[in-house]
Amino acid sequence: MRFAVVVFPGSNCDHDAYHAAKEVLGQEAEFVWHKETDLRGADAVILPGGFSHGDYLRTGAIARFSPVMDAVKRFAAAGGPVLGICNGFQILLEAGLLPGAMLRNRGLKFLCAHVHARVEQTDTPFTLACRPQQVLRMPIAHGEGNYFTTPEGLRTLQENRQIVFRYVDPSGHVTEDANPNGSLESIAGICNERRNVVGLMPHPERACELSLGSEDGLVLFESVMAAHASGALAAAGSASA
Amino acid sequence: MRARVFVTLKPSVFDPQGKTIVDALHSLGYGGVEDVRQGKYFELELTAESSEKARSMASEVADKLLANPVIESYRIEVG
Repeated sequence: MRFAVVVFPGSNCDHDAYHAAKEVLGQEAEFVWHKETDLRGADAVILPGGFSHGDYLRTGAIARFSPVMDAVKRFAAAGGPVLGICNGFQILLEAGLLPGAMLRNRGLKFLCAHVHARVEQTDTPFTLACRPQQVLRMPIAHGEGNYFTTPEGLRTLQENRQIVFRYVDPSGHVTEDANPNGSLESIAGICNERRNVVGLMPHPERACELSLGSEDGLVLFESVMAAHASGALAAAGSASA
Repeated sequence: MRARVFVTLKPSVFDPQGKTIVDALHSLGYGGVEDVRQGKYFELELTAESSEKARSMASEVADKLLANPVIESYRIEVG
């Protein structure tokens, strides 16, 4: 399977995502510079974490206009699996590929810690290998991860089961203390209506080896590999060529 | 021609920075400051034939890039 890792000026988890896909999981992986206009036949696209364009104006606000984003939109529209991690999630929100927006963390601090996220939905290409309600321990590293949407927006997310990850305590319960940044409904990650575009603030790519403290993030990569192997993604893959 | 764009969080959106600033002001003894909302201010130098055209260009720019309509609203002054 072939992963494209998009590189924006200021991305800094691009190598982590590449390493996870290529070295840990033994898949093909390629960096795609944000000025490029095609995804070189990728089967899955990762928008990595970092500080694209220095986070100036708003996180992800400028990256959404990069030439590569037209290709990402076409890929997503064809059903291709797209994963936005941290800043990648913020870019997907600004680009309108996912609903809502990010606010400054409730406590204003940049948070760098391991958290627990519970898998709420297992029918996305990035969670299909998860057990329902599986708790994943992954790091977060962000200043703007306080997810916000309107009351109508939240209702839509709930009705369509688009809340994919929520912050929980180690035993899997949603509590106020386990919500690190003040996110609405403890939301850590969501998907689009079609379920092929997923964004989350925790970093699965930095939790793929025990030497890094956790390998809970592997299951996201294994999920999309299983989706690819089943042939469910074949149509989307050809759209990126 | 100059346009000034003021971007603020919508009233329904919590502003953690504004809250911290008002708390700081209270601890400095300014109990009369009831609330603070932090926003962004942009000065645009525009080539435009009329103030109407300048306003329309500033508005387009604000819609497209300067403000995020999910959480923010904006106000424009021209001239």
